[in-house]
Amino acid sequence: MTEIGEIRIGDRLVHKTFPPITRHTLALYCGASGDHNPIHVDIDFARSAGFPDVFAHGMLVMACLGQAVTDAVPPARLRAFATRFVAITQLGARLTCEGTVAELFEENGERRVRLALTTKDERGEVKLEGSAVIAV
Amino acid sequence: MPAMVDQSAVGRHFTPVTARMEPGRLRYFLNTLGETNPVYRDEAAARAAGFAATPVPPTYLFCLEMMDAAEPFEMLTALGIDLARVLHGEQSFVYHAPVVIGDLLTFRPRVTAVTEKKGGALTLVVIQCEVTNQDGVHVADTARTVVVRNQVAP
Repeated sequence: MTEIGEIRIGDRLVHKTFPPITRHTLALYCGASGDHNPIHVDIDFARSAGFPDVFAHGMLVMACLGQAVTDAVPPARLRAFATRFVAITQLGARLTCEGTVAELFEENGERRVRLALTTKDERGEVKLEGSAVIAV
Repeated sequence: MPAMVDQSAVGRHFTPVTARMEPGRLRYFLNTLGETNPVYRDEAAARAAGFAATPVPPTYLFCLEMMDAAEPFEMLTALGIDLARVLHGEQSFVYHAPVVIGDLLTFRPRVTAVTEKKGGALTLVVIQCEVTNQDGVHVADTARTVVVRNQVAP
C-alpha cells in the first residue's frame, strides 16, 4: 500500500515546537513523573556524575513528542509508541517534534500507519528517534 | 569498581507495583507539559473521543509505575547499578486497551536482556513490563533500555 484514503507515505502529520526547557520545568517534571533521579535537578549531583549541568529527563522529551503525536492523531487510535534516546537534551533546548508517514499496513484486522518520529533541538541536533503506530 | 550486570540478571522479576490513576496527579503532569488537549482534561471531550473516562497521555504509564513503587529504583539497587551511572537508552509502549482515570493498574517488571557495548564500557539492560487493570485486562506492555556507563580504567 502507498496510500489509505488521504494518507500517503511521506506525509508529515506531526509538527510541534515547544518553549525552552528550564530548570523549573525539570523540577516540576521530577515531581509530576515520579522520576526523582537527582541528576536532572541537582547540579551538585550532576557534576559529581561527570556532567557539566543538569539535563532533561529523556521521558520529558518523549512526553513532548507524545503530545505532538496526539495533537495530530486521536489518542484512541494510538497503538504503539517507541523512541530511542539519541542524545542528552540540555537546558534551554527548544524542541521540534515531527512525524511523517513511513508505512501503511494491516494488522489485527485494522489499517494502520507507522509514523517515523524525530525530536530535534533548535540547532537541529536529533534528541529522539522513534515511531508510532496509528489505526486509521 | 562495582561488579557489572551480567546475563545472570535475565529473567529476574521485581516487586509488582499497583498504581491508581488519580486525576490530581494527572493534572500536575498535564500542567508541567503545557498539555492543553481537552481529551486529557475534560471528561465530556474524552467520552466524545470514545473513552469511558479521561485517558492518560502516551508516556504516563512510565510515570505511574515510578510514582507508586515503594522503591522506584529497586531494579537498579537489586542489580547493583549506581543511579549516577544510568542513562535511558530506549523506551516503548504497546497499547492494548484504554487506561483512564480511576483505573487501578498493576505493573510486573522483569529483565529480558543484558548486552555489553563498546568493549564493556556500556551495559544495556532491557526491562519489560506487563500492565493489567482492575478487571485483569492486559492494557499495555512497556519496555525500557537502561544504559549503564561502567567505570573503566583510564
